Amino acid sequence: MSTGAGLKDRLHYNETFNCVQCGYCLPVCPTYETMKSEVHSPRGRINLVKMLAEDKIKAEDLREPIEKCLGCRACETACPTSVQYGKILEGAKEVLEFAEQKSRVQKISESLIFDQMFPSKRWMNTIGNLSWFYQKSGLQKMAQRTGITQFAPLHLGKFESVLPDLPSPAERKDRARLYKAIRSRKVTVGFITGCVMDAIFYETNRNTIDLLTKAGADVLIPVNQTCCGALHAHAGKIADAKVLAKRNIEAFEKEKADYIVNNAGGCGATLLEYGELFKGDIEWESRAQAFSNKVRDISQVLSELDGLSFTKEVNGAITFQPSCHMINVQKVKDEPLSLLKQVKSKGYREMKDKERCCGSAGIYNIVNYEDSMEILGSKMKNVKETNTSIIVTANPGCLLQMKLGIQREGLEKSVRAVHLVDLLVEAGAVSK
Amino acid sequence: MELLMEEIRSIIPSDQILTSLADRYSYSYDASFGSYLPEVVIQVKNKEEISSLLKLANTFNIPVYPRGQGTSLSGGPLPVKGGMVLDMSQWNGDLNIYPDDLVAVVSPGVLTANINQEAEKFGLMYPPDPSSAHVSTIGGNLAENSGGPRGLKYGVTKDYVIGLEVVTPEGEIIKTGGKTIKNVTGYDLTKLIVGSEGTLGIITEATLKLVPKPPASKTMMAVFDDLVQSGQAISKILTSGIFPAKMEIMDQSSIIAVENYQPLGLPIEAEAILLIELDGHPLAIEEEMKKIEEIFTDFESVKVKIAENQDEAQSYWRARKLVSPAIVKIKPTKVSEDATVPRSKIPDMFQKLKEIREKYDIHLVVFGHAGDGNLHPNIICDKRDTEEMIRVEKAVEEIFKAAVELGGTLSGEHGIGTLKAPFMEMELGAAGLDMMKRIKQIWDPNNILNPGKIFPEEGQKLVLRE
Repeated sequence: MSTGAGLKDRLHYNETFNCVQCGYCLPVCPTYETMKSEVHSPRGRINLVKMLAEDKIKAEDLREPIEKCLGCRACETACPTSVQYGKILEGAKEVLEFAEQKSRVQKISESLIFDQMFPSKRWMNTIGNLSWFYQKSGLQKMAQRTGITQFAPLHLGKFESVLPDLPSPAERKDRARLYKAIRSRKVTVGFITGCVMDAIFYETNRNTIDLLTKAGADVLIPVNQTCCGALHAHAGKIADAKVLAKRNIEAFEKEKADYIVNNAGGCGATLLEYGELFKGDIEWESRAQAFSNKVRDISQVLSELDGLSFTKEVNGAITFQPSCHMINVQKVKDEPLSLLKQVKSKGYREMKDKERCCGSAGIYNIVNYEDSMEILGSKMKNVKETNTSIIVTANPGCLLQMKLGIQREGLEKSVRAVHLVDLLVEAGAVSK
Repeated sequence: MELLMEEIRSIIPSDQILTSLADRYSYSYDASFGSYLPEVVIQVKNKEEISSLLKLANTFNIPVYPRGQGTSLSGGPLPVKGGMVLDMSQWNGDLNIYPDDLVAVVSPGVLTANINQEAEKFGLMYPPDPSSAHVSTIGGNLAENSGGPRGLKYGVTKDYVIGLEVVTPEGEIIKTGGKTIKNVTGYDLTKLIVGSEGTLGIITEATLKLVPKPPASKTMMAVFDDLVQSGQAISKILTSGIFPAKMEIMDQSSIIAVENYQPLGLPIEAEAILLIELDGHPLAIEEEMKKIEEIFTDFESVKVKIAENQDEAQSYWRARKLVSPAIVKIKPTKVSEDATVPRSKIPDMFQKLKEIREKYDIHLVVFGHAGDGNLHPNIICDKRDTEEMIRVEKAVEEIFKAAVELGGTLSGEHGIGTLKAPFMEMELGAAGLDMMKRIKQIWDPNNILNPGKIFPEEGQKLVLRE
């Protein structure tokens, strides 16, 4: 690990001075609420990063506070002095990643997950296929009945039980490269299919294409695209994140798209920050910025095109759980709600503190399971108060987490969680 | 220390005791200047715990520093002599409104804004509204006697406290005041404790007075080409039988900073913007607003806009709210002062501040609560620049002098803490300060509670450098 000026730079030491320690971030921080101490608040973490840069504490002193941060970045929205917390957090993660003495097994499994699985279309399709086989073969039922999955490491079993129905491998293969707008073309968009979205929520991606073409967009799907790198960046693997970002930038430069559309709030935030990721890189900064300038969430594009009307009433009242990265980083707040309000339902009811993170946060709910469930508990309390039967989300991680929350509260019979896109299709979206 | 820790562990549950280096550094600061490492942080949850800890502290002669959420701008909770920090923020369970008595009874860690929110459910209001009310605890507000924009019409924290439960520095539990507005039984210890900055006792419960919530409010923005005229306009309104809830002022440098940060269409050539909020019966404030408009026709250099609805009103207040984020875009460090002068001296104070800005070549912006003379001169600087910080220290000293010379005070609402201690004698005189010291000595003979605050140490000077 480097020391002195190098370490200070990597920890974004100068950025920490922008924090005036007013504490306005405390009431919006989900981990400060549930963990109840300053080390688990944004102000506390920024101060500890500064203390590490000044050599007053050791990297290990910083590890727990940083690893327990959800990275939801609600603090950035609350901050009166616009501190770039996300930058400080990722710098700290990168430094911790270097400082870590990892076991051989841990290194191999991390390398498998981050270097091979997430970036690889083939791996992700395989996961999708395996999940499909697992569900359809009855293995899932058997495993759930015998309780095997509960003993799986990292509580993966809990998440497996809430996976959606998946399409068969044959259905996956026949996706085209270009889908034409149904009526007149108003715009051409490139679609980032995402790795988790495409593996587990393939159906949602299909619905995304369906809505876009109905609304008047030509949809291009470049084959060479890869994982957005969000999970890598959030784990401090900045170099890996850059490799993936470059592949995406190259893939989309070849297409003549007006917008680059995604349907996962977390990915969208990362794509939007490619410009920032390559800041100071002579070759890549402007290319990355050009890419980021085109990035839109599906709800933004559908709102702008205003090309859909909804013909069927959905069965129940709706509440909305926004994606943190969509509101705090992309600053997309109104579009999903205005689409939801066009849907015929038993009404929209806002939950208390809806902007608060649900505790999913990338892979946080897998690596910090207990803490995540504590945060999910507060969220479900607010969900129940709305007395609604449909929880709409805008990001795959939140969607899985809400499904888990429904299961933990024993609400499977009365409440369901859906992606916004799927709800719009269910509501009978047709071209205007 | 080991022996003390053993004793602490025998009275406090282990999950409330924080000793790791990361934890200790996390309670070493507040929103002012400096960082001081405590030996241990204890998250107290009841008065018995506090009482036992203070008795221990007296036995072992260890300093004790009570703390809310650390939003202080004057260094109130800083553990300047190490020792024990008592984090009161997690003791936030009790917030009970008694609508028939018009009082609220609260535990010290309750957030101030939550009290008002709860009171509103009963058609009542808790008026003190420091801008950090959604973060700061009522315990901290009581200790510092916090104010806020509504101070003009409604007064400050001390005007709403009628009873306290306090643990004395020697660990005795006492009650002061009660639940009635009228109470003349003995010395008014309630008012002595409020604003004593945690040096005379730790507040464990407070009984707060509530008032009926005004049914409506209305906002106006007045833009002045001439700063002196804005001061005259303020006096004229306040002597015309109208009592606004808030009167806030932004000077030209704040206006320019906000416009550069986020263009709202503010007139950057104007010398001052006044924001006025009236509250009361809807018909009454309608009439009052007309009267203010008439008063303003006497001034040549003013343009007036009255908000048609709540959205428009909020957009006016947005300009005022953006001052803080806007000014730190210039440089990261913000030295936020709250020297206060008699209302009539506001134009003189503005003149003085202008001179100080030029003399020390500093970036000084002024905004604040014009109606009650509580200005917020903010110096924008960079604490890594030693040469600049020395100039800032001198400028701050001169701001204090100017305020006192104009018949004002060092601090309207932020408190003395560590930062203003060196200037106490200038305002109070040697005998005045000595009387305060004697009170402290009687209450806290071993100097256990929040030592290093309010009273200057031998030769202590203002230092804003790290």
